[in-house]
Amino acid sequence: MSHFGRITLGLGLAFLYGPILVLVAFSFNASALVTVWGGFSTRWYGVLFADGALLAAALVSLRVALAAAALATLFGTLAALALDRGGRFPGRSAFAGLLYVPMVMPEVITGLALLLLFVGTGLERGLVTLVVAHATLGLGFIAVIVGARLKGLDHTLEEAAADLGAGPLRVFATVTLPLIAPAVAAGFLLAFTLSLDDLVIASFAAGPGATTLPMRLYSQVRLGVNPEINAASTLLVGGVTLIVLGASWLSACGGIRSDVGTG
Amino acid sequence: MKRPARLLAVVPALWLAAFVLVPALIVLKISLSAAATAQPPYLPVLDWSAGPVGWSSFLEALDFTNFETLLGDALYRDAALQSLWLAGLATLILALIGTPLAHAMARSPKRWQPLLVALVIVPFWTSFLIRTYAWIAILKPEGLLSAVLLRLGLIDRPLEILGTQAAVLVGLTYAYLPFMVLPLYAVMVRLDPSLREAAADLGASPIRVFWSVTLPLARPGLAAGALLCFVPMVGEFIIPDLLGGSDTLMLGRVLWSEFFSNRDWPLASAVAILMLALVVVPLVLLRESGTSDRDTVR
Repeated sequence: MSHFGRITLGLGLAFLYGPILVLVAFSFNASALVTVWGGFSTRWYGVLFADGALLAAALVSLRVALAAAALATLFGTLAALALDRGGRFPGRSAFAGLLYVPMVMPEVITGLALLLLFVGTGLERGLVTLVVAHATLGLGFIAVIVGARLKGLDHTLEEAAADLGAGPLRVFATVTLPLIAPAVAAGFLLAFTLSLDDLVIASFAAGPGATTLPMRLYSQVRLGVNPEINAASTLLVGGVTLIVLGASWLSACGGIRSDVGTG
Repeated sequence: MKRPARLLAVVPALWLAAFVLVPALIVLKISLSAAATAQPPYLPVLDWSAGPVGWSSFLEALDFTNFETLLGDALYRDAALQSLWLAGLATLILALIGTPLAHAMARSPKRWQPLLVALVIVPFWTSFLIRTYAWIAILKPEGLLSAVLLRLGLIDRPLEILGTQAAVLVGLTYAYLPFMVLPLYAVMVRLDPSLREAAADLGASPIRVFWSVTLPLARPGLAAGALLCFVPMVGEFIIPDLLGGSDTLMLGRVLWSEFFSNRDWPLASAVAILMLALVVVPLVLLRESGTSDRDTVR
């Protein structure tokens, strides 16, 4: 690799990680000031874990993210299967288009639209509406991830199973599902983090009844830099890093397994 | 095998119709309503039970005042222009930073590439709110950047960046960089190296090879990255809210304050429709480029 390439990579990664590392470093700063290093301390983590409102919001976020990711994974996988295996059915392109919409639409629009639906139908806003909103947000991402995996699949494996007398359900359960499982799991993790991270759509969909972690953090962040938020951010960044490592490990497994399958 | 597979689309299609299509129509409808001090705070409300009479009285009561307000009031016009300007400028900056970065990733040794891709993805998965918040600590007058520059003697008084459009641009560039780099990398890594080698053998300098071989071939990635950044940036709320000043009006922020502060739901809906109108062309382009991309892969 050229010098120029190496310098570009270094600068790019420094730009991507610098601000995050600054946050992490200052979460261990004994002083509350950004420009003063008061020595290493974990006191802000103590403050964090004594903050009942923040912990309650984190719990709400986790519950919503789990439920929304599960729903999105189910529907997204169904959508990917229908698009990959269904041939050219009527309404196919409209269906594929609708899948794209929540992925690229500005979040304020998605949030406002869902809120107006919930109010219009008289649905009480709270955990359920949050789950519905976040499942809708994640669905398309999962359809894309699982769809990519389905496309790369060797169809002769399924045909072989069918030739040997397995019914369609049996083929799906014993051949297709194990092959796409890594993509399904990676999609679940992405939908989970999307839900965990979302502020804008949640602010519209949650109503006064439920406060998620990003909503709670946002109300504090608006007041300025706060070392307790640095500590919370550090924990979140650490958690997300673990999830990404898990997801890339899963897709690496999938790659190896499909190599074994095709070779 | 095809027919039962088709039926799998039924449940997700119903879900998308209920939670994407119908809500979009409701936004359109409410953007044509007048604000009212009622619950819900808008008029007219469509009365399904009244049958055709209800329909006609509903249609008669529709009004376009909200759109007249939007187009007539300088505040909203400025917000729309500023959204397009900032999103456009940030897309340009992203292309200028993202292209060399994706190129360097695609040309790095094969065994590093999965790690490099993961390193670009981690920030993309990390909370948007947190990544934007991180810049407050850096950009504020008593923040890190000012402190470093003061100590180096490059400036003699604290920087006033936070609360300006420059801060919003920094935040947009930072937050959306993975969206630009990943599609570009995906295209660049698949390019046939023999094309570059041929150009080099014929005497082209590395810069020339990049400019007349790599870049034209990477155009689909550049287009997809630009659209993936531009569309959500037009409606961005968090970044202008946290890093911009009170004069940084972007449509996402206007919609938010009309909704949450002024409680004018019809006007907020009209802002949403206006925003949609601004991004609908890039959205269609994105969808087209997405399908053609997939065809080239196949």
